[in-house]
Amino acid sequence: MKKLTLIATGVMAVLMSTTSTVAMAKDKMTLYCSAQDDWCQLMVNSFEEATGVDVSMTRKSSGETFAQIKAEAANPKGDVWWGGTGDPHLQAAEEGLTAPYVSGMRDQLNDWSISQATSAGDKTIGIYSGALGYGYNSDLLAANNLPEPACWQDLLKPEYKGHVQMANPNSSGTAYTTLATIVQLFGEEEGFEFMKGLHKNINQYTKSGSAPIKAAARGENTIGIVFMHDAVKQAVAGFPIKVVAPCEGTGYEIGSMSIIKDGRNPESAQKFYDWALSAEAQTLALQVNAFQVPSNMGAETSPSAPDLASIKLIDYDFKKYGSSAERKRLLQKWDDEVSVLPQ
Amino acid sequence: MRTDHSEAVSQPVLIFWIIIGWVGFMVLPWYALEDVFFSFEWLFDGYPFDSDYAPAAFLVTQGEKLWLAPLVLPIVAVLAAIGRVKSDPLYAKILIASSAFGFAWLLFQGFGIGLRGWQFGTLEALFGPLGDRQFGMGYGAMFMALSFLFLFTQGVAARGAINGDVFVVSAIGGVIAVITIFVFFPIAKMLTAAFITEDQTYSVVVFLSKFLDDRLWGVSCLSGGGKCGVAWNSLFLAVSVGAITTVLGLVFALVVTRSGFKHKRVLRALTVLPIITPPFVIGLAIILLFGLSGSVTTFVADVFGIQPTRWVYGLPGVMIAQVLAFTPIAFLVLIGVVEGVSPSMEEAAQTLRASKWQVFRTVSFPLMRPGLANAFLLGFIESMADFGNPLVLGGNYDVLSTEIFFAIVGAQYDQGQAAVLAIVLLAFTLGAFYAQRFWLGKKSYTTVSGKGDAGVHPTMPSRLAIPVYVVAIVWALFTVVIYCMIVFGSFVELWGVNNTLTFKHYVTAFSFSWGDGDIRWTGAAWNSFWTTIQIAAIAAPLTAALGLLTAYLLTRQNFAGKSSFEFGTMLSFAIPGTVIGVSYILAFNVPPLELTGTGIILVISFVFRNMPVGVRAGIASMSQLDKSLDESSLTLGANSWQTFRRIILPLLKPAILAALVYSFVRAMTAVSAVIFLVSAEYDMATSYIIGRVENNDYGLAIAYSTTLIIVMLVAVGAMQLAVGRTAIGRRMSTKPES
Repeated sequence: MKKLTLIATGVMAVLMSTTSTVAMAKDKMTLYCSAQDDWCQLMVNSFEEATGVDVSMTRKSSGETFAQIKAEAANPKGDVWWGGTGDPHLQAAEEGLTAPYVSGMRDQLNDWSISQATSAGDKTIGIYSGALGYGYNSDLLAANNLPEPACWQDLLKPEYKGHVQMANPNSSGTAYTTLATIVQLFGEEEGFEFMKGLHKNINQYTKSGSAPIKAAARGENTIGIVFMHDAVKQAVAGFPIKVVAPCEGTGYEIGSMSIIKDGRNPESAQKFYDWALSAEAQTLALQVNAFQVPSNMGAETSPSAPDLASIKLIDYDFKKYGSSAERKRLLQKWDDEVSVLPQ
Repeated sequence: MRTDHSEAVSQPVLIFWIIIGWVGFMVLPWYALEDVFFSFEWLFDGYPFDSDYAPAAFLVTQGEKLWLAPLVLPIVAVLAAIGRVKSDPLYAKILIASSAFGFAWLLFQGFGIGLRGWQFGTLEALFGPLGDRQFGMGYGAMFMALSFLFLFTQGVAARGAINGDVFVVSAIGGVIAVITIFVFFPIAKMLTAAFITEDQTYSVVVFLSKFLDDRLWGVSCLSGGGKCGVAWNSLFLAVSVGAITTVLGLVFALVVTRSGFKHKRVLRALTVLPIITPPFVIGLAIILLFGLSGSVTTFVADVFGIQPTRWVYGLPGVMIAQVLAFTPIAFLVLIGVVEGVSPSMEEAAQTLRASKWQVFRTVSFPLMRPGLANAFLLGFIESMADFGNPLVLGGNYDVLSTEIFFAIVGAQYDQGQAAVLAIVLLAFTLGAFYAQRFWLGKKSYTTVSGKGDAGVHPTMPSRLAIPVYVVAIVWALFTVVIYCMIVFGSFVELWGVNNTLTFKHYVTAFSFSWGDGDIRWTGAAWNSFWTTIQIAAIAAPLTAALGLLTAYLLTRQNFAGKSSFEFGTMLSFAIPGTVIGVSYILAFNVPPLELTGTGIILVISFVFRNMPVGVRAGIASMSQLDKSLDESSLTLGANSWQTFRRIILPLLKPAILAALVYSFVRAMTAVSAVIFLVSAEYDMATSYIIGRVENNDYGLAIAYSTTLIIVMLVAVGAMQLAVGRTAIGRRMSTKPES
């Protein structure tokens, strides 16, 4: 029994001596970051430098972060959720997990960013956007004597059997965007016919959204359906990847930012929010090879980035396809009609 | 004489715990502090009147949180015990009644009132809406709970339990309390989560529909076409991996103990490597070898002119990776058993003119059964819980552990679904646990009897030796190739694409610079690296201490309910890490115990996950120590605590070392539970590595892993030096002659 107290005091002593160098009365906040790790780090460091606010950051995918915010709803620990595809942000807004805020930076932003905000009752806002498409490994394509695909419909050709990869829409926001894009592009009936045809050529439904293009980069797969900026990143990293903007037109995501409701540091949260919408903060993306299109019109873009102006974009209905009910319905339908088919 | 002695001891101990209770109520902040648990910011920030930091006494006198007021009754009542002799029946009654009431009230208010007022509808109906709320318990509550617990055990001891031995009763009470809080409570919480419906009510129908879903139990793969259920996939994989690792482990054990093989040390070293290898690394190496563009695949395709395929993705890849990773565990279990089979028995059989093969088949092999069963069980559970390999290599072959992860983090976000899957996983591992016990039955496998045992093991019969050699050498070469690939991978520009040698991954991860007179850790990996070392270093001694204490209770003491006590302490061993992760999130995210996002929850999860190994190691060595040692110590007037500390502990150094090493290594390489529990401030190495792998940044992931392997080798060596040497010397000299 003395032993137990001994242990207890021992632990405390160890922990105290090692963990707590807590800065006193300094502004602080907790950031949930759903973009790539180096980008998150860079944002945190630059913001700390610019404002002196202490940021502790967790990087998790948008699905994981949404799960965490929902789990913590009774007792939120985060302040701002920055990055990641827009759907979970919209879903969080719909479920009342995030708080409305109208930033003074709005006049500097692109229209699509503002419309993302207004559609969610100002509970989220667009910080970058990226178009959906696919990329292929040119070496593997040549080795297998396959023609170069250019359209969505090309992917249904029987010669691509076993060469196409996409994520599972149940686990990945990217793949759900693909499903929703196809439905909006071809109509629901024909869209699902397309998904069934595609299913025959798919070699694996990955869990994570960008895994297909990473596998293609490594030569483990030929064609990966992903966001184009993810494909560009692999090409820039030196992998033999060609990026395709499908000829029929394509959907896009709006990477978003939200303030978590009842967070513990609302003032720092708004400070970060405003700063993250500035041109200076959004230009940082270039340093980490993030090729998304920034929402601040004054931010610089990379020449390697896909030019949204030259891509045929559909009029993606974020409100409808971001809602839980529609999402559930489409996923259920995909589960029942597509995923069960033999390959 | 002994009663006099314990009289003398029990008063200061009693007073100590009473003071702890008072301090908890009057002095320390009652509720958990925001942010860092171990900080002293609160002392300067409005304490003791600010309601965030106030002790319970101040809260109550200011008219807040009035439900804490009844707690003053037991700490006042218990004062009546001071000055009474232990044999006074009132002494025990006062202690038991007041501490039981205090503890019960503590639990009642903790669970009854949460963040949104009343937690249960019945309470709301009874007392009307509360209009107040409370956060998680902090120092104050913790001190009070400890005080109540140990006052209670003193009361029980005073009534004569375990010969009135306060130390033993308290130790049992303490272990039961922590096991209940950190093993049973989370599991129970998870079981209930499986019944929750979307609108937060409970329903058996929902549970059954999820539980009996075709995705889990479908068998359409047998009839061709569709996919089989996830449960079957996991089960098949785990059984195969368990069987293969057992066979391979046995092969290695036979080569090391019963052959003239020259390079046994090399073989031993090889078997340690996979244990200290962080997850994913082996999987990545396998992709680079056998993937669509892997070196072996392309080579074979070129030579035979066939089309390369993605054959490795799915069952084959996961199985290869898991067998590589878990064979060493089977080996370590089996080598002890194979060595332990007494040569005398084998010699007796040979003398009776059995051939070498007959001896092996009818004597040696049956005696190895407990080892085989244990090795299989370990392989089975490890495979069930494994998360990294299926994630990297699984292809379309879904298994329970990854499904659980994506049920929680995936786009569908379904904790109930995760709980259901976790229950299936738990049922499989517990089932295996019981099947193993059943198979071993009550037969005796004891061969080391303490009687003269001077023989040497016969070498293997040749019809066994040849295949065993072939398998062992092929497998050893394969392991060497994999590890060469790994080291190589950490030094090249872009693994598999651009093989220019470079140090850049190490620089990115571990660079540092000098500035303003101190080192600045600029590398990307330092943060998670230090956290990991720190957590592992805190968890390891705690694990060893708790494990050995439990082992001591199990081997040296007799008390009612001992077998269920043993079951409780071993339970966490059969629980896969993924399940621990899920259940900890469910249990410790809300008051009364709010631990998520702290470093403590990581430490706790490691301690309870790895404790069974400490228990096993402790039991094994303690049963070798003659009980007469304790008895003589007790006869000479020492109490059981002194005996434990002065006599048993020093003789246990090998067991302490085993527990320390194991828990340290596991804390650095475990991923399945950790992935759910890491947070902004406490990111662990393994979860950082997952992030790099997800980002296609293999170079950095592997450079980091290689560094971790080296760190672990150094740390294990250091621990051996610190603990091992003295132990062996003293153990030799004091080992009872038999």
